[in-house]
Amino acid sequence: MTTLRIPTPLRPYAEGQSEITVQGLTVGEALNDLVTQYPALKKHLFAETEELRPFVNLFLGDEDIRHLQGVDTPLKDGDKLMIIPSIAGG
Amino acid sequence: MLPELSHEEIHRYSRHLLIPEVGLEGQKKLKAASILVIGTGGLGSPVALYLAAAGIGRIGLVDYDVVDYSNLQRQIIHGMSSLDELKVESARQRMLDVNPDIQVDIYNEIFTSENAYRIAEPYDIIIDGTDNFPTRYLSNDLAVLMGKPNVYGSIFRFDGQVSVFDGKQGPCYRCIFPEPPPPGLVPSCAEGGVLGILPGTVGTLQATEAIKLILGIGDSLVGKLLLYNALDMSFDFVKLRKNPNCKVCGENPEVTELIDYEDFCGMPMHDHEEGSAGADWDITATQLAERLKQGNNIKLIDVREPHELEISRIEGAELIPLGQLASKMSELDSAEEIVLMCKMGSRSKRALEVLHSAGFRKMKNLKGGINAWAREVDPSLPIY
Repeated sequence: MTTLRIPTPLRPYAEGQSEITVQGLTVGEALNDLVTQYPALKKHLFAETEELRPFVNLFLGDEDIRHLQGVDTPLKDGDKLMIIPSIAGG
Repeated sequence: MLPELSHEEIHRYSRHLLIPEVGLEGQKKLKAASILVIGTGGLGSPVALYLAAAGIGRIGLVDYDVVDYSNLQRQIIHGMSSLDELKVESARQRMLDVNPDIQVDIYNEIFTSENAYRIAEPYDIIIDGTDNFPTRYLSNDLAVLMGKPNVYGSIFRFDGQVSVFDGKQGPCYRCIFPEPPPPGLVPSCAEGGVLGILPGTVGTLQATEAIKLILGIGDSLVGKLLLYNALDMSFDFVKLRKNPNCKVCGENPEVTELIDYEDFCGMPMHDHEEGSAGADWDITATQLAERLKQGNNIKLIDVREPHELEISRIEGAELIPLGQLASKMSELDSAEEIVLMCKMGSRSKRALEVLHSAGFRKMKNLKGGINAWAREVDPSLPIY
């Protein structure tokens, strides 16, 4: 079981939740579980090609998954995933 | 050769001089330093004030805007006495009141690819205190191309981010955010709101990083992103790595000159009242009031969030928050005339685009939103 932190701009599409428990052996499986639980998130996270949209940053612990194995990065119990949003306010 | 400090300066900065990591040498470095602060708003306010207090010898301020009443909730460098003044003038006055010994240069211009090199040239460090994606990409690319560190900070509602992007020794903004989000996904502070104190915290962290860079002390945020959430009171750090394929700071950069950033991001550089959908699609508040008075059958749709109705509303408007429009539009009759509205006209413009792509044609965007209605038609309503 993995926890996934949802950043503020995406919380409206996750029924206001800031942290969601997701299941999956890999990051990709955990994301599929996420969009199954909250379908409204899908178009914000995934492009038509089913790949993660380039402005969506996903970190496992403190490492960008791009520098791990991407969506194939394996997960273990207690892992923490975090979506880091693009924000620009000032 | 570092500049000398006068007796007055030694007295002024005595609390710095007492710290071994700063001392006389450090204070001289601060005096010799020059920093460009892009934006004198929420982030720029604490940045500019604290850099002035710290004795940074030369500080440049870039901002095209004037002080607005709603700025005062968070842009603490400005005040009632400088309402409607140029923000850069207002900020300079406050900074020189804190510290008349520094040099403050002001640039009352929109920061663009045309003037960015000229403006940034004299400064060692750039601080990104802007409020929109195009200018953030511009500031980043400029900093990489000029070989200067860019102290980044950004905010949204209760979230803040801080980092130091130094293309010479670490990742740049594009290494982590290679592409901007689609227009409309992340609202501006004017549309989405922001906790006033938040830029105070984030801007102060940016000023801290700039001072550490100049003094050469502590661990900088190069290669790290600080994520702050004011509600959880959480400070998380994630590692940022240089992307070898980064279009600006990578091994084979494609971006070797500044580009058109509004085009790149698909959005304008300023979050001002751009609540206009384009001439044929707009209706002004005055025109709408007239048509309603004449008994025209018009369906008013308010695409704001429920909590905004408490502030002001137009009688007879049906609330369909923008995020729900796509799922509820099957309930709308495309043969009916529809006027879409929100606070300023930006969200309603996006609502119009959503309906347009579904085939709706008989619709208008209330230009300037409910705020314009309050100004032109019903002054009993507050403007927010």
